[in-house]
Formats: sequence, C-alpha cells, structure tokens
Amino acid sequence: MRNETIDVLTDYARANPDVMLLTADLGYSVLERFADALPDQYANVGVCEQAMAGIAAGLALSGRRVVLYSIANFPTLRCLEQLRNDVCHHNLPVTVIAVGGGLAYGAQGYTHHGVEDLGIMSMLPNIAVACPADPHEAMALLPQLLERARPAYLRLGRSGEPVLHRPETEITLGHAVWMRQGADVALLAAGPILGRALRAADVLAERGISASVASFHSFSPLDTAFVLDAAARHRAILTVEEHVVVGGFGSRVAETLLMGGLAPKFGKFGVTDALRGRIGGQSWLLDTLGAVEDHAEALL
Amino acid sequence: MTKEYGVSERETIKGPNEADGESAAGREGDCVDQRSDRRIEGVRDVSAMDTLALARRLRCHALRMTHHARASHIGSCLSIADLLAVLYGRVLKVDAKRPDWPERDRLIISKGHAAAVVYAALAEKGFFPVADLDAYSADGGPLSGHVTKTVPGVELSTGSLGHGLPVAAGMALAAQRAKEGWRSFCVLSDGEMDEGSNWEAIQFAQHFRLSNLVAIVDYNKIQSFGSVAEISDLHPLAEKFRAFNWGVHELDGHDHDALAGALAGPPPLAGRPTAIVAHTIKGKGVSFMEGRLAWHYSSPSAAELETALAEVEAGA
Repeated sequence: MRNETIDVLTDYARANPDVMLLTADLGYSVLERFADALPDQYANVGVCEQAMAGIAAGLALSGRRVVLYSIANFPTLRCLEQLRNDVCHHNLPVTVIAVGGGLAYGAQGYTHHGVEDLGIMSMLPNIAVACPADPHEAMALLPQLLERARPAYLRLGRSGEPVLHRPETEITLGHAVWMRQGADVALLAAGPILGRALRAADVLAERGISASVASFHSFSPLDTAFVLDAAARHRAILTVEEHVVVGGFGSRVAETLLMGGLAPKFGKFGVTDALRGRIGGQSWLLDTLGAVEDHAEALL
Repeated sequence: MTKEYGVSERETIKGPNEADGESAAGREGDCVDQRSDRRIEGVRDVSAMDTLALARRLRCHALRMTHHARASHIGSCLSIADLLAVLYGRVLKVDAKRPDWPERDRLIISKGHAAAVVYAALAEKGFFPVADLDAYSADGGPLSGHVTKTVPGVELSTGSLGHGLPVAAGMALAAQRAKEGWRSFCVLSDGEMDEGSNWEAIQFAQHFRLSNLVAIVDYNKIQSFGSVAEISDLHPLAEKFRAFNWGVHELDGHDHDALAGALAGPPPLAGRPTAIVAHTIKGKGVSFMEGRLAWHYSSPSAAELETALAEVEAGA
C-alpha cells in the first residue's frame, strides 16, 4: 500500500505546493517518484529522525504542510518528544507516515516491529491516528489527514496488501466500516490484519458461528458509536490488531464499552509476550499468537 | 495589578514602549530606575549605549520576576541579557505590532528555562505590556516558567533541551526554498550541546547550505550539576563547529559591539550556517551570582534582590 499512498501524496503535493515530504534516508524505490517530480518539495535530511521532526515543525511554523516518511518505530518512538513538544503541542500540520507497521518487517526482528505506535501516538495532543487495512483505505485517508492540517500519524503496511474493499466504499476518517454482518460475534479489526479477521469469519461460518467484521482504519478519533452499536447487536466482541494488546486498539474498545455501560463477552487478539524472542515472518508470527477464529469461538 | 517585586508601587516598571508598542530602539525612553526616580538614559537610536540600557532593564525585570515567582534560572537569564538586548535592539527584523509578519526574522530560544529574561525582552520590544511581566509563573497566567509560544513574539515553546536548533533549521530551510530573505536565529545553552539532536541539526544545516541560520551558544561554562568542563567538556567548541563546516564567530557574549557585528554581518563562511560561540558569565551583572551554580536554582530573597538591582543599575 506504500506505493499507492506515495502516488496519492505526489498528486496531492503537485496540486498543493505548500506540501513538503521529508525522509530520514529511507524509502528507496518508493519515494523517487515524488522526489523526481517535485524536487523543491522534497528533502532527504539524513538518518536523523529527531532533527527531522524538529525540521518539520520549523517548516510547518513557516507555512508548510509537512509529511515525514520512515519505517516502523523510527519516525515515531525515536523522535517521540520532538513530535510531542514541537509538532503536536504546537498543533502543526505534520503527518508522520510509518511503513512496515505492526509485524510487517517480520524476520528483520524486534527493532523493526512497530507494535506500540498506535497507542503511544494517540496519546499526543491534537493528533489523528490512522491504520488503514488496504490500499483503498490508505489512499482515501491520506488526503483527509492532509486537509485536516493538524498533526497526524498514518501507519502503513509494506507492499502487496490485497484490496479488501469494493471500489465504491467510502472511507471517512473517524468512521469504522462493516465488511460483513453476522449475528453472534463481532470481529473489530485495525489495520491489514483485517484480512485475517475476514478469513476467520469464513472459518467461523463453517463452524456454525455467524461473525461480523468491521474495519477500524481510524484509531483516533475512535468511532465509539460504532463500538457501542456493535456491542448492542452481538453476544461477543473480539478486537483484532497487530499491536500490543496493552494500551492498543483492544484497550480503547474495552474502555469505550465500559464507559458506555455495556459488558459483552470480550476478547483481544494482538501481540503478547508469546512473541518475545521469536523470529519469523509476519504471517508466522501472527500464527504464533493463535487463530483469530479460535479466539472468537472461545468467547461464545 | 499588584506589585510584589519587592519594590513599592511608585517604582512600577514602565517600558519605553509601553504606551504604543513601538520598538525599544528609535524613540525617547522613559524607563524609571527601579530604586530611585533617577532615569536611565533614554533610547534614541540603535547604538551600543541603548542596548546597554536595555540589557540593564532586562536584568532588572528578570531579577524581580524570579524573586516574585520564587523561580529558578536567574543565572541563565543574566548570561543572555546582553545577547537579547543586542538582538532585539540592533539586529532582529521584527515588528511588535505584527508578531506573525511573514518576513520577520525568527528567534528560537532553545534554552527555554531563560524564560523570564526572554519575556522581559519581548515586553521591552513592545510585544505586550511590561506590566504583564508581573504574572510570570503565576497561577492561571500567560507566562510559564519555560518559554511558551502563546506569548506574543515567541516562535516556539521550549524547555526540553535540544529541540530549538532543528526547528530553527526547518525555518531556515523554509526561507531558503521560498527564496525569502529573513533569517533564523537560535539561542542555545552550553549544557544542551550534550544533546545529540543538536548535532543532527548541525550536520543537516551545513549540508543544506543554510546560510540564513545562526546558532548562538551561551557558553557560560556551567551546566546543571557543575562546570561544563567537569561534566561533559565542550572544548574546543568553536573547532567542533568548524569541523562541521559552519562559519564561526567566537566572542565575548557581553560585548555589545562584538555581538552586533557578528549577528548582523555576513556569514563568516559563505553559503554555510553561522555559529556564534559567545563566552559569557552565568549570573553576569550581579557579583554574588556570577559563576555560581547555586543561581541556576535559587531565587533571590528581598534583600538579595535589592543588592542585585543596585549592582545592575550601577552598570556592574
């Protein structure tokens, strides 16, 4: 989805000369299309994420909308205080794009696993946090984040994520989308792991369990009305995320349910200590956490 | 507004620009000496004499503010009072009536703990009434103990060290890309040169040929726990900048003409950013504060304030 997203960004920046793209020397074979087309709106600042975030704040304070690009934790955790103080506190139009969110970098190892980013970034002031599941969502959300002209974080996968939506499906920041509707359990998914949730619903159907599946491409603002509606219409809720289960999407949903006075059967599928020290590809690592359908069935 | 600076109502501070917001330089001043009715000489044009008077007023404000608020960091304020007086009195292209004027020079105070003297400089420059300085660090007030963007004239909220220079570099890049003539200045402490983010920005700025960027290091030789030499020696600081392809001025940070010449002049290394290594004295202007680590933390008592004001006004 990263190539599609950069294509959208390039088109957007061509029409909006105030948009600048900074990278901390990552994006080989991805960013060239932007850099070649719009060299005056592009800068590779070198391998210095803290400075990059500060530079972005300086540009934004001087009238630019800035997009930062790097992978996994580098444009988020590495420069967290710069994002907190210089970007978010000042409510500046800076959009951080991280590719390889979740476990996408698989066997590259723990340093490249971006599994705390959504929770941490969403705690910063003024920020919108999006984790699209497929290219369709990513391409729809990026312009909305840029139009918002405030701090934003867009977590992408890598490449080759299949399109899960029909082309006509409208994607709006802050609004979750039903992918299929069932009766027993609702699988609420954040990010490309949505594909795994959809496959789980197929397996559950074979087991005689009717599952709904929703895509929560917007982590913050979270569609709390959607959560409460889902809880009212299902016996159980399972959140599905490629993120640590402490302080992530599942935690946000649980808090929403409690605040809304609802107590359905509830479970969280996500990254746990079961992955500590395990080496393997994204799919293998997720398999290690168990099958989504088994987590769902166990709730009922 | 109550006056609890340790001086009487009669001795209320009145800036030369309070009435109409004009700049401190360029018109007759009427700054009342704080301990008598003797007038400090007026500011009439951009001369060293004017900035010397301005620097004295900044020191007096900062001393009163830190006393009144029982705040820290007076030593850090006093070491840059001369620098701020020269910047606002003779160098910076800013307009107090239009804080967001797009063509203004930008000044980021990365050593955000020197907030008291920065607010004093902005008030003296006419960005807001000098009387508002009374509310420094007050509950519900506008002036927090670290430099805050919501104050007119402040470009960036700071307080965590190592943040200002990257942002100033981003501003310089914006001006360079837009082919605009304004410059970006950043004041750093010596202690914060320990922060790696500064060296990231120093590397970045020279590569991008940001000749419109000026970093000024307030080299007062004292950081949080003791002397810079003992804790993390910066020597030779000027050589470090030169090795990073920056042009460097090394000067006495209390010499107004030297400061003005370096700040207003062309980059010493064409096409590259400029570093000004300003050798200063922490607590400068108050004999019992000069070079003393304790005044990074302590606020002056009423008696200490009185002595300090007398020394500053005597031009110590």
